[in-house]
Amino acid sequence: MTLADFGWAIVRIAIMLGFLLSVLPLVIWLERRALAWFQNRVGPNRLGPFGLLQPMADAAKLFFKEEIVPASADRFIWALAPALSLFPALVAAATIPWGPNRLLTPVADVDIGLLYFLAMSSLAAYGVLLAGWSSNNKYSLLGGLRASAQVISYELGMGLALATAVLASGSFRMTSIVEMQAQPLWGVAPFLHNWLIFTPWGLIGGALFFVCMLAETNRAPFDLPEAESELVAGYQTEYSSMKFAAFFMGEYIAILAICGIMTTCFLGGYLAPINFSPIQALGEQGGFWGVLATITGALMPPFWFILKLFGLFFSFLWIRATLLRLRYDQLMNVGWRFLIPVGLVNLALLTVYVIWGWIPSLIGYGVAIALYFAIFGSRKPQRREVVLVSEAQPYRPKEA
Amino acid sequence: MDAVPLNAYLILSAFLFTMGAVGVVVKRNPIVMFMCIELMLNAVNLSFLSFARYQTDLLAQVSGHVFVLFVFGVAAAEVAVGLGIITVMFRLRESIDVDEVTLLRG
Amino acid sequence: MGERILFFILAIVAILSAGGVVFSRNPVRSALLLVLNFFTLALIYFTLSAQFIGALQVIVYAGAIMVLFLFVIMLLNLGSPDAMPSERDLKRPLAYLIGFGILVTLVVQSQALLYPGAPQASPEVGTARVIGLALFTQWAYPLLLMGVLLTVGVIGSILLARRRAS
Repeated sequence: MTLADFGWAIVRIAIMLGFLLSVLPLVIWLERRALAWFQNRVGPNRLGPFGLLQPMADAAKLFFKEEIVPASADRFIWALAPALSLFPALVAAATIPWGPNRLLTPVADVDIGLLYFLAMSSLAAYGVLLAGWSSNNKYSLLGGLRASAQVISYELGMGLALATAVLASGSFRMTSIVEMQAQPLWGVAPFLHNWLIFTPWGLIGGALFFVCMLAETNRAPFDLPEAESELVAGYQTEYSSMKFAAFFMGEYIAILAICGIMTTCFLGGYLAPINFSPIQALGEQGGFWGVLATITGALMPPFWFILKLFGLFFSFLWIRATLLRLRYDQLMNVGWRFLIPVGLVNLALLTVYVIWGWIPSLIGYGVAIALYFAIFGSRKPQRREVVLVSEAQPYRPKEA
Repeated sequence: MDAVPLNAYLILSAFLFTMGAVGVVVKRNPIVMFMCIELMLNAVNLSFLSFARYQTDLLAQVSGHVFVLFVFGVAAAEVAVGLGIITVMFRLRESIDVDEVTLLRG
Repeated sequence: MGERILFFILAIVAILSAGGVVFSRNPVRSALLLVLNFFTLALIYFTLSAQFIGALQVIVYAGAIMVLFLFVIMLLNLGSPDAMPSERDLKRPLAYLIGFGILVTLVVQSQALLYPGAPQASPEVGTARVIGLALFTQWAYPLLLMGVLLTVGVIGSILLARRRAS
């Protein structure tokens, strides 16, 4: 590694961290304003234009708040937990390419890019789990336990969903996954890109990944670990001041990173919706076409990436404002009885495509969907036994 | 650039393995004993990978990596069952001291 | 030279954290130190150009197995140091003796091995493609057996964890 390589690596790291940290206030502002808009409220609108400076004020407030340590907490682990939740989120995005220039992005284009992301996101469970345990508070502990069970369960579904991207592109390398999607759509429409989401396996895999993404980041409707109405914010209850801010930042940066993965693997990464490569060819002549080629080839890709990223983030907010929180057993049922079997069948049918071509694969999808509706379609939703409070008997354990 | 010699990896592996073995004997908490077993498995993995790097035959090199994958699988299955047993043990007798578990039927 | 310094630092961290796992009285701290140990081992695997295994090490051990351990420790509330006296007095000296014996044997035996002085494997060996090809051709039957083992493990743990219907 020469000195120049080292310098470029520093530049890449600085750009990534700079982007993540500078976009953070904007994301928090967007969440508050958009949620307010969904709920027919106004939201923060006093400080700065449209309330844009509100996150700064929040940060200043948190900075000067008194930090309260619970008397019976395990001090060291209690202080370690916020750092453990912030660190994996900050480094998880290191393999995501957000533009065509390999000197500037991604930080490390390694052979195991997607596995690296999975490894880092699986470490995110520790922060929550340890925060819940070390606070020595039963609500926090419940939140931590819920979070760890949830993250482990949905990690499997997430792995299966990402495996579709790996199998379709034949590589764990993020840039190869993007390049695979730069092909013409279905091999026939040269003016469009073959985003993975436009294929049957990509559509199903993307949908699975989207659900797992919500669960991994503990967002509504999977926000049981921090359910404020039952667990008084779960693992965060005992945290205040900058440690709370670390959790808060970690959560949003993790959301940005995981949206980046979804964008890269399923939504074509930094590719434009339309194929601009004819313009690139014309750009060889210079002049007007040259300028246009520079704009579409070098300047626009990061813009497309950020646009998709924010689109996904907005869908997070939309879901948060729309759906109710799941019950715990529903959460586990969705994870184990729906996402994992569907992911496995999807992966098997993608294998059929890779080996025998698209006709047997599409037939397989047809058969699978028909079977699914034949078996589960006619079944009425299970009703839970409702016991009126006036008739309910107190619970007595049976005698042995 | 001179690489780390094979012996260095093997000595590290030996240290980790020994600590795991001592831990299994010394500890009474089955969960910590389990962790020590994982430590021993990892020491073995380390020696597999370092041996693989110093093999001359490509097949033998890859086999070292594949073996480690199998160890991962065995460890995962073992932990799933083992932690289940510990949970059941705790449910039956409110304590998980391994020295108190002397009967086959709870 | 750089590689040696890196290995030395990682090895020190790995040995210290392994010692912490054994000698810490608090199971949660033991588990955390074990995570640190697995993480350093993953880094050592990267220096051995076993990138695929290194990433899997973090995913499987640090991401899944150790979270399960912590989950059980917290679920059964075994986290406080005085939940259980953790050492047996009688067996301790014996254990250290045996451990010392194992260590000496392993080190002496490993010094006697005849191996090439320089690494032979190309970095290509550690990639997912090469390992996957070997795994699905030469090792296909062991792989199937592994699938059977994991299935049995899943079913067994579910059966164990299920409360008996009274």
